[in-house]
Amino acid sequence: MLLISCPHCGPCDETEFHCGGEAHVARPHDPAALDDAAWGAFIFMRNNPKGQFNERWVHAAGCRRWFNMVRDTVTHRILAVYPMGSRPPAGLGHLGAAVVEDAQ
Amino acid sequence: MKQRFSAFTLLRNGLSWHENWQRQWRSPDPKPAYDVVIVGGGGHGLATAYYLAKEHGITNVAVLEKGWLGGGNTGRNTTIVRSNYLWDESAALYEHSLKLWEGLSADLNYNVMLSQRGVMNLAHNLGDVREAQRRVHANRLNGVDAEWLDTAGVKEFCPIINTSPDVRYPVLGATLQRRGGTARHDAVAWGYARGADARGVDIIQNCEVTGFDIEGGAIVGVQTTRGAIRTSKVGVVAAGHNSVLAAKAGIRLPLQSHPLQALVSEPIKPVHDCVVMSNTVHVYVSQSDKGELVMGAGIDGYNSYAQRGSFHIIEHQMAACLELFPIFSRLRMLRTWGGIVDVCPDASPLLTKTPVAGLFINGGWGTGGFKATPGSGHVFAHTIARDEPHPLAAPFSLDRFTTGALIDEHGAAAVAH
Ligand SMILES: Cc1cc2nc3c(=O)[nH]c(=O)nc-3n(C[C@H](O)[C@H](O)[C@H](O)COP(=O)(O)OP(=O)(O)OC[C@H]3O[C@@H](n4cnc5c(N)ncnc54)[C@H](O)[C@@H]3O)c2cc1C
Ligand SMILES: [Zn+2]
Repeated sequence: MLLISCPHCGPCDETEFHCGGEAHVARPHDPAALDDAAWGAFIFMRNNPKGQFNERWVHAAGCRRWFNMVRDTVTHRILAVYPMGSRPPAGLGHLGAAVVEDAQ
Repeated sequence: MKQRFSAFTLLRNGLSWHENWQRQWRSPDPKPAYDVVIVGGGGHGLATAYYLAKEHGITNVAVLEKGWLGGGNTGRNTTIVRSNYLWDESAALYEHSLKLWEGLSADLNYNVMLSQRGVMNLAHNLGDVREAQRRVHANRLNGVDAEWLDTAGVKEFCPIINTSPDVRYPVLGATLQRRGGTARHDAVAWGYARGADARGVDIIQNCEVTGFDIEGGAIVGVQTTRGAIRTSKVGVVAAGHNSVLAAKAGIRLPLQSHPLQALVSEPIKPVHDCVVMSNTVHVYVSQSDKGELVMGAGIDGYNSYAQRGSFHIIEHQMAACLELFPIFSRLRMLRTWGGIVDVCPDASPLLTKTPVAGLFINGGWGTGGFKATPGSGHVFAHTIARDEPHPLAAPFSLDRFTTGALIDEHGAAAVAH
């Protein structure tokens, strides 16, 4: 079981959280301008790295707020927890083909 | 000439203290080139090689496995075999597979211990009942055997189930596929390996594929931990790791890899002679020939390549198990384990050509590909040999995630493997 440090509540059991999949996948600004392949890629294609992964979690049974994490998918070690809308700490994770949304 | 298994050879070898059985397959060094290279020595990869040789006469084939045969999900799964999927495309593919299962021990001369003991999928609320009955009708229209049982029928088919109306999730009925059941997981890998080897296929273990050589958009070889191998056709059948391999060829796949856990109890006398699955309370249970209860449920929610998951998943499925089978409350559990399953957004597999000529992918079977082993290998061999999808494989191509022609099997595949 993972011990996850919610940025608002501190360390809690994994059972209080829900994993929301890959982070930093921004909705295209003008969906109608995309062809089917680009739209399909936005909907269905996700990075699936063996190693560091940038992902979103929500503290569903706690403060109910979302945050980002970098976790290693082989060791399950959590390397960083950082707020929604911000970039991952330098040198952590791979953003791959995902689109990074800048903090606004 | 391969030794055949029969009552006579068993008797003869018994007389020599079973010391003269032959090895079931060779362990050759990799040759510099093959007509086809299969990446992944699980059931699906070995079946693909077997049918390439048997049905298409392509015998200059290597199966490259980074570990040992069947050490992936083939040797880690809970062996449930059935074909009662909802949509026409899936029903056709899984039923093709079930028909091959029914003749497999004879075809391979290797006992895969298929036991058609019947698979029940329980319904616990009105939504379940409607969905289940719809699936029964759809199955029948597709020639897949399916029955609807009411609560009394469930109790008759599986007397140890708690059908009291007073529990939190009462059993309101079930679908039953009598031709469904279980098979011996290792035997499937070994039987196909032996059959493929006998037809000339090289099975090479401890050989990891680390990259692809691509020239002018076409495959010309693979890089491995045992050197480079030239080939113009590669079938990637690396459950859990397909996206890692595809990325090495510059291809993105709509797959996410998750842990899927299972567990077994201490062995007990025969008490449970069918397979029971429940998507609603989240568990499925059968009893192995050794006497262990074999149990599992759904995936862990996070991505992982660690072949282990979180313990609360096990706790949850044990709670569900006791809700259905209070009789098991004193049983001790012996061990738990996990495999890495790669899941497509529509819970259906990929059997597909790719943008790289000569590179084919067979994956995304998620939590339920054991049952598909013979059918998957059969249609994938055709797809590789002819360089065009077998008609049963065609709907499962990668471009369905562009066209939108998804095959949504979440209802049939979520917890029920
Ligand atoms: C706990 C659990 C329970 C399950 N229960 C059921 C069930 O009841 N019914 C059902 O139908 N299905 C079930 N499944 C799913 C089923 O096990 C799989 O869909 C099926 O076995 C996949 O077979 P495969 O041959 O494709 O994969 P695998 O057997 O995993 O074979 C893939 C092979 O590829 C190898 N490989 C990976 N990368 C490389 C590389 N770079 N180079 C060389 N080799 C590589 C791996 O080592 C592995 O041996 C379950 C799975 C799990 C984990
Ligand atoms: Zn919180």
